[in-house]
Amino acid sequence: MIELRNPQALVDYCQRIRTAADPQQRRIRVCDGTGCRALGSRRVLARLQETLGEAGLAGEIEVVPTGCPGFCELGPLITIDPEKIAYNRVSVDDVPAIVAKTIARGEIIDGLVFVDPVTGQTIIHDNELPFYTKQMRRVLELNGEIDPSRIEDYIAHDGYASLSKALYKMTPEQVIEEVRQSGLRGRGGAGFSTGLKWRFCRQSPGDVKYIICNADEGDPGAFMDRSILEGNPHSVVEGMIIGAYAMGATQGYVYVRNEYPLAVQNLRIALKRAREHGLLGKNILGSGFDFDIEIRVGSGAFVCGEETALMASIEGKIGEPRPRPPYPAQSGLWGKPTNINNVKTWSNIPLIVRNGADWFSSVGTENSKGTMIFSLVGNIRNTGLVEVPMGISLRELIYDVGGGVPGGKEFKAAQIGGPSGGCIPKEHLDVPIDYESLTALGAIMGSGGLVVADEDTCMVDLARYFLKFTQEESCGKCVPCRIGTRAMLQTLERICAGQGREGDIEYLIELGQEVKRSSLCALGGTAPNPVLTTIRYFRDEYEAHIYDKKCPARVCKGLITYEIVAELCSGCMVCARNCPAGAITGEKGQPHVINPQVCSRCGVCQSLCKFDAIVVY
Amino acid sequence: MHFEPSELVETIERNGVGASLISVLEEVQTRYHYLPREAMILVSERLGMPLSQVYSVATFYHAFSLVPRGKHKICVCTGTACHVRGAVQVLDRLKARLGVEPGGTTRDREFTLETVNCLGCCALGPVVVLDDEYEGQMTTKKVDKLLKRAMRQVGEEQ
Repeated sequence: MIELRNPQALVDYCQRIRTAADPQQRRIRVCDGTGCRALGSRRVLARLQETLGEAGLAGEIEVVPTGCPGFCELGPLITIDPEKIAYNRVSVDDVPAIVAKTIARGEIIDGLVFVDPVTGQTIIHDNELPFYTKQMRRVLELNGEIDPSRIEDYIAHDGYASLSKALYKMTPEQVIEEVRQSGLRGRGGAGFSTGLKWRFCRQSPGDVKYIICNADEGDPGAFMDRSILEGNPHSVVEGMIIGAYAMGATQGYVYVRNEYPLAVQNLRIALKRAREHGLLGKNILGSGFDFDIEIRVGSGAFVCGEETALMASIEGKIGEPRPRPPYPAQSGLWGKPTNINNVKTWSNIPLIVRNGADWFSSVGTENSKGTMIFSLVGNIRNTGLVEVPMGISLRELIYDVGGGVPGGKEFKAAQIGGPSGGCIPKEHLDVPIDYESLTALGAIMGSGGLVVADEDTCMVDLARYFLKFTQEESCGKCVPCRIGTRAMLQTLERICAGQGREGDIEYLIELGQEVKRSSLCALGGTAPNPVLTTIRYFRDEYEAHIYDKKCPARVCKGLITYEIVAELCSGCMVCARNCPAGAITGEKGQPHVINPQVCSRCGVCQSLCKFDAIVVY
Repeated sequence: MHFEPSELVETIERNGVGASLISVLEEVQTRYHYLPREAMILVSERLGMPLSQVYSVATFYHAFSLVPRGKHKICVCTGTACHVRGAVQVLDRLKARLGVEPGGTTRDREFTLETVNCLGCCALGPVVVLDDEYEGQMTTKKVDKLLKRAMRQVGEEQ
C-alpha cells in the first residue's frame, strides 16, 4: 500500500498506474450494481471467471465488476474491451458462447447485442447506443468504467488531482469562489447555490465544523445517489474533502439509507483505501490538513432526508425536523456550524475544481448550470439512470433518451421530484428542464426521480399513492403536516372509493395550499404538490370520479367492475379456485360468473386467466 | 432466538458509553430481528437514558420492530415504479396467501410480510425480495411460484 505524502507522489502514482495499464488489454466489464445484481449479474460474473479459467484465459482476460452505467432496463450488462462490445440481458447460459466466440474469435453474438426498437438497427458498441449518445455524462462518466473497489482505477482517471489542486494551489476562499461562480445549485431538491452555502459555513464562527453528505435517498423511484455511491464512491469522498478544506471542517458524515447495503459496502471500502493512501485522515497529501469521514446508516425514515431531521438522527435522536433559522451553517450538528449537501452535489465538486467554473457553467440555462441526473422509471422503455444537460426539454428526455412509452400506449404525464414534486402533462412536454421552469408548472426538480405515467395510470390514484406515502412518513411534529395530510388523504381515498362529493376538489386545493404554507419542514411543505398538480392538469379525472363515479383509467377499485366474457371463458376453473373473496362461481367447462357484491376487485382472476376472458370496466 | 443479556452488554461496551443509541438498537435488531423488551430496558440502564427515550427511537424508525419477526422476510417494493407496474396486486396476493397484513408474521413464525418504499431496482418492478434474493417483474402467478419454493424450503429445513 502506498501513502501519498505530496502532490508529486500522487502525479507519479497516477502515471505509474497508467503506464502499467495496457490499452489493448482484453477485459470484460460486468455491471455489479444493485439493479443488475437483482437480474443475476453476480452469477454471470462468477460463471465468466470459471469459464475463462477452464479455457486457460484467466490470466489474460480481466473480469471487472463495475458500478451501474445506467441502462438498467437491459441488465445484466457486460462490455468487452478494447472493442467496447456491449451485450445486454446476459444470462449464465450465454457465458460459454461469449468466451468461445467473442473472446476467442472476436465474433459478435447476434442475440446479445442491442437492436434499436424503432429503427431495427443493430448496435454493437456501447458508446454508440442511443441511450448514451443523447446524454452528457459528467458525474456518471466513470460509472460502469471503473471497479469502485479499486482506488487505482479512480486515480488513473485523474482522481484526487482536484483535491491536490485545491490543497496546494488554491486558498479555501478561492475554492468557494470557484464553486459559487460555477453556478452549481444543490442537487438534492431545493436548488440553493452551493458556493453561497459554503461561504455561510466558512464565515460562521467556531473551531469545530462539520460537513454531511445526504445520501438518505428516500424518494421512491430515485436511485442515482445509490448508483454514484456504488459505482464511483471516491468522487463523493474527494468532493467532501475539498469541501471540508474550503469550509474548515474536520469531520464529515455520510448518512446513507439502510436499504442500500451495497452502497454502504463500497463506500466503506473507498474510505479505507483513501485513508491508506494518505488521502483521508491526518495530514492529507502531506498538506497538514486533517479530515475524516464516518458513515451513518439511516433506520428507515423518509423525513431524515430533511437536513435538520438528518442531523438529529446522526445525534442518535428521533429524526424530527426543527424550525430554521438557525440554519445548519450557524448551528447544525451538535450545535456546530454544519454544511449538508446531496451526493450529486459533492460528486460535481472535483469536476468543477479540475475543469473550472467556466467549463461547468458552459452547459445549462441562465440560472441552472451543468448537468442533471434523472432516474427514468415507470411506463418508459429505457428505465435507468441518465445524465443530461440542464435545459433539455422534457420531450427529448422522455422520447430521445428514454425511448418513449412502451406497448404502444399514450404518454399521460411525468411526475418529477417524487412525492414532493408534481406532474407535468403532455401539453408541457416542451418545457426546458431547469429549476425555475419546473417550479412554475407546480413540480420541482427534486432529486431527479422522473416517473412516466401512461394512459392506464389513474392520476387521482397516483396522487393518493404519493400522499399516502408522505402521510405515513410525516413525523407528526407539526400539526399542518400531521393532520392536514391525513385529512387530504381521507378525502382522496373517499374519491377513489366512489364516495366523492361536490366540493371535494375545492377542499383539497384549499387544504393543500394551507399545508404547504404552514408546515414546519419541506416534507409537509411539498406533500400537497402531487395532489395540487393533478387537480391543475387532470381536473376532469377528479370530476369523473366524483360526479360520474367512473375511473377513466380503470384503476380505482371502488369504481370498477370485473366481468367474465362468457364467449371467451373455457370454464377451466382457475379463477374460481384462486379468487380470494370466493366471488366466482361456475361449473367445469361452463362459463363462470363473478358476483360483483362479493368481488374485492383484487384482479387476481384477470392475471391468472389464460383466455383473456376477464374484462374490467 | 433467545435474548442473551450478556451479548448486549458486550455490544454496548464495544460501542462505548457515548455510543449512538441508534447504532446499538440496530445491532440488537439485526441479531434478534426485533427489539426484545428486556433489551430495551438494559440499553436504557447502560446508556443512562430514560426508557421513554429508547422507546421513542425504537418506535420512530421503520427498521425497528417491537414484535418478533419470522425466520424469513418477504418484502414487496411499493415504490412508485413498482406501484404503476402492479405492486398492489402482488402485495394483495401475498397478503391473501400468507394471511397477514404488511408488518405481520405468519402464525408458525416462518414468514414476515413487509413493504419497502423503494429499493431502486425500478427497471425490474414490481420487485419482491425473499430474504436477500431479489425477484423482478413479479406477477400474481410468479408470487405463487415464489411462495411454493419458499415453503418447500421451510419444509426441508424442518
